[in-house]
Amino acid sequence: MSDTKTFVYMNRKAPYGTVYALESLEVVLIGAAFEQNVKLVFMDDGVYQLTKNQDTDGIGMKNFSKTYSALGDYDVNQIYVCEQSLKDRGLTLDDLQELTYEDEDDDWAEKSSIHLVSRDQIAEIVGSADVLLNF
Amino acid sequence: MSTLHTVNKSPFERNSLDSCLSVAAEGATVLLIEDAVGGALQNTAVASTVSDAMGKGVKFAVLGEDLRARGLSAERVIDGISVVDYAGFVQLACDHDNVQNWL
Repeated sequence: MSDTKTFVYMNRKAPYGTVYALESLEVVLIGAAFEQNVKLVFMDDGVYQLTKNQDTDGIGMKNFSKTYSALGDYDVNQIYVCEQSLKDRGLTLDDLQELTYEDEDDDWAEKSSIHLVSRDQIAEIVGSADVLLNF
Repeated sequence: MSTLHTVNKSPFERNSLDSCLSVAAEGATVLLIEDAVGGALQNTAVASTVSDAMGKGVKFAVLGEDLRARGLSAERVIDGISVVDYAGFVQLACDHDNVQNWL
């Protein structure tokens, strides 16, 4: 496609307490149908969105965390997680669910979609955006 | 008079917990719920704030249902913070004279 743009989604809110996380995920999935270059950034409380073993039975809300694992099938495989935000919250990469995609340019090898990044790298990612969406 | 303080905003994003702790008296209980539950974990940027308040006689509790929803294990909660369920929330409200919500 000749008019491909880079879409950057900034995710800064924890899930369930507010609706931002779910809204972002829904917009990402809708946007994925348009075959654009999509990058997701998770920083500040947004890193809580990707924790594994989420169990919402006790709060009576839909657990949408499993949907993130479908992103790779929609060619959404550039997921950037702020390392400092994890550290501030006592979390590490091991606390996050594994998100992978199959690389068609590398014999469909399964690769991780998640990249730990610094604030400087996030600045570069934001700078690369043609379209910036904030949640 | 004892007060139950409920905090539902992330301590990493808002000053609700700091404001709460600035007025929470000895014998008060702070219950972390919803987006505030991350503040109950060990090794966070706010852990010393919580520990300091506990040292001054403020008790802490965290809602287990909200921890689980966010994939946060009760085993990682700071020592001395009690993990309660909704029934425990109600019991805390009954055990204190007032409930102050730090919205």
